[in-house]
Amino acid sequence: MSVELAHYLTVGAMIFGAGIAIALSKRNAIAVLMGVELMLNGVNLTFLAFSRFGGAFDSAEAPLAGHVFVVFVLTVAAAEAAVALAMAVLIYRRRETVDLDRINLMRW
Amino acid sequence: MDSAGIIVAFWLLSAIAVGSAVGVFLARNLIHAVMLLVLSFVATAGLFVTLSADFIAAAQVLIYAGAIPVLMVFAVMLTPLAGRDNGNSLYVVPGVLLGGAFAVIVAIVAIDAEWGAAGAAALAGQSFATTADAIGDALMGRYVLAFEVASVLLLAALIGAIVLVREDEPA
Repeated sequence: MSVELAHYLTVGAMIFGAGIAIALSKRNAIAVLMGVELMLNGVNLTFLAFSRFGGAFDSAEAPLAGHVFVVFVLTVAAAEAAVALAMAVLIYRRRETVDLDRINLMRW
Repeated sequence: MDSAGIIVAFWLLSAIAVGSAVGVFLARNLIHAVMLLVLSFVATAGLFVTLSADFIAAAQVLIYAGAIPVLMVFAVMLTPLAGRDNGNSLYVVPGVLLGGAFAVIVAIVAIDAEWGAAGAAALAGQSFATTADAIGDALMGRYVLAFEVASVLLLAALIGAIVLVREDEPA
């Protein structure tokens, strides 16, 4: 019994799937953002699992490329969270709601 | 063949990470959902440690489990009339079906796929390397352009967030 690559990929996929379900089915914009963050987190786990099991520690060409990618994902996620939450606060100030079912100004 | 400690750690941390991710979906209160989200992120940081990613685990705790939930709690507190009930929209059935189908299909593919040497490798037996210095070298060498672009992105996000939430000046 040992922990293998497929185990980590499965856990990453389950976290990503939970994120999809949250992002698609929540009414509150902040809850949708939580789902997106969970999806990014599952992807990060997948990156690091491939980096560890794929021998990235031994690679002379591009060592720890998966880790560097995760650093950039963290950066972009932080920027995205800051802007998205600012937008949620702004929409609330204009319309007194962050309910995505009622933010339908751009509906065709 | 891994040691018992790492196997127990993997299964325990995985159960916490996935369980609290599902808990974010089930929680009836938005603040509780944010707290479960923090728990999921901390458990994932533990999984990163089992993958020898020490620097990423520390960054995960600082950014994902520290900074982003603070922003989210602020946003929840700043929208008091919007309700804290974490309710579902009409898309709850397709959303859950899609998320569940994605998790099941990727899990089946990951377990069935032939990963070659990577799939057979175990965590034990590989030497632990400290990663912070190697990541720093890579960021300042091979990936320096992406690093600089990321810094511009962070600056743009900072200014954009300030401009968005600033009160309109009277004059």
